[in-house]
Amino acid sequence: MPNITPQDAIAELKSEFAFFDDWTDRYQYIIDMGKALPAFPADKQDDAHKFYGCQSQVWFDAEWQNNRLMLQGTSDAAIVKGLIALLFRVYGQQTADEILATTPDFLDDMGLKTHLSTNRATGLMGMIQKIQTLAAESKKTP
Amino acid sequence: MMDTPNTASTFDVEALRGQFPALQQTVNGKPLVYLDNAATTQKPLCVIDAVNQFYRLDNANIHRGVHALSARATEHYEAAREQIRHSLNAAAVEEIVFVRGTTEAINLVAASFGQRLKAGDEILISALEHHANIVPWHMLRERIGIVLKVIPVTDLGALDLSALPALITSRTRLVAVNHVSNALGTINPVQEICAQAHAHGVPVLVDGAQGLPHGLVDVQAMGCDFYAMSGHKAFGPSGVGALYARRPWLDELPPYQGGGDMIETVCFDAVRYAPPPAKFEAGTPNIEGAIGLKAALAWHAGLDWPSITAYEAQLLAAATAGLKEIPGLRIIGTAACKVPVVSFVIAGCHPHDIGTLLDAMGIAVRTGQHCAMPVLAQLGAPSGTVRASFAFYNNTDEVTALIRAVHRAHALLS
Repeated sequence: MPNITPQDAIAELKSEFAFFDDWTDRYQYIIDMGKALPAFPADKQDDAHKFYGCQSQVWFDAEWQNNRLMLQGTSDAAIVKGLIALLFRVYGQQTADEILATTPDFLDDMGLKTHLSTNRATGLMGMIQKIQTLAAESKKTP
Repeated sequence: MMDTPNTASTFDVEALRGQFPALQQTVNGKPLVYLDNAATTQKPLCVIDAVNQFYRLDNANIHRGVHALSARATEHYEAAREQIRHSLNAAAVEEIVFVRGTTEAINLVAASFGQRLKAGDEILISALEHHANIVPWHMLRERIGIVLKVIPVTDLGALDLSALPALITSRTRLVAVNHVSNALGTINPVQEICAQAHAHGVPVLVDGAQGLPHGLVDVQAMGCDFYAMSGHKAFGPSGVGALYARRPWLDELPPYQGGGDMIETVCFDAVRYAPPPAKFEAGTPNIEGAIGLKAALAWHAGLDWPSITAYEAQLLAAATAGLKEIPGLRIIGTAACKVPVVSFVIAGCHPHDIGTLLDAMGIAVRTGQHCAMPVLAQLGAPSGTVRASFAFYNNTDEVTALIRAVHRAHALLS
């Protein structure tokens, strides 16, 4: 169970980002976050778990444990994998209410919005939509 | 464009760069190094001014207007057609049809020429084609059952012309190949392809999207039947381009789209089409685009081409030599004849990561499949490549910046 809310996680990420004055260094930080991401199970690295991107692929899985969403994911691209780790810090192990209350707008504030645009076509947007959908569906389930 | 020169060029790149406002900016706090010219080129002031001037003073619809502005707009628009004829060295101005760009030019031929085709007829393309010269023919295959045949490519990324004689059969109706590969930069021997195809009575379409930006094109010397080009790749505006077609084809082929401007008379029982090129130009066209393209091509034609060709070869040689030093880097496409395009992969580094890091360092390249999935799959780059594509306004400092940045990206990703 996380100690912090999504809003706290976002505030933490923003302050960490503010530490760097150069985008190359920020990407280095993002790449390192990706390297620290727990290994994605090899048997789940299949089409059923894939969000297709024009340039890079995302593999993703999620399950509810004690009403909190446990997330697993990876990518074939290092920066996308780092962004997955970043998103998991915000959405991972949170409740459906917290997830639904947290739109991905914070990526815009952090200058990372382009990574979700269709132009970049990373598969990341599909993953975020899936997280939001899972949260919304869990609210409907009695 | 072809050979590495032995002598230093006297070409004044800095004076030329001064004509391009977009090159004078910083990106992510770094001076912009724009190396995505195969996707689109930046525009010189004369093009920006021409489009601006049209909207400030000359804006009117063309053809048949009786008033002064319409006459002026028509005059400029038709002068643009003449400029394209000149730049392509077409025999007659009627052979130039305005279109949105290369993609529409090829779709026009596929739609109009396609009406002559029957199931089992063959279209011969090459393994180097952009999707724009694959998908329109695939759509004909779906619709009428034509057969798509492919000229193979060697491991260097050059067309294997030894395969050509066997691929041209009694059922071949058209050969459609690109002048220059967008993904690899290979310059294809289109004149030789035209000669071989014509020996069998088969017409040839050349996708010239990447050809014109790197030199003057001579469609008569090339011998092609159709040549497709885009304005935005040749320093002109987006959304305007041209199809060159030899006059007999324009008379023979049915119209492409129906509408105003492409007819002589219309009643509910019958329509009489206008003569070419109007027959293929339905509706109000991209007038300001054509006028901007005229400015671009007039400027382009006035450049010192022998020096530019030598200079572009220097850029290519310097970029190729510097990038090859990077551990694990492999250049995809090493044909003898290339425009200054370097497509590469680095073992263990995703092209998208390299492109993102280069952008952080102010360097604009393209990553991915470059709309040419088949050839990249064959050459062992199924996840795509990083493509640095140069124009003659790039300088050697930018080549150095690219090489340093790729070194740094490689270090960050290792």
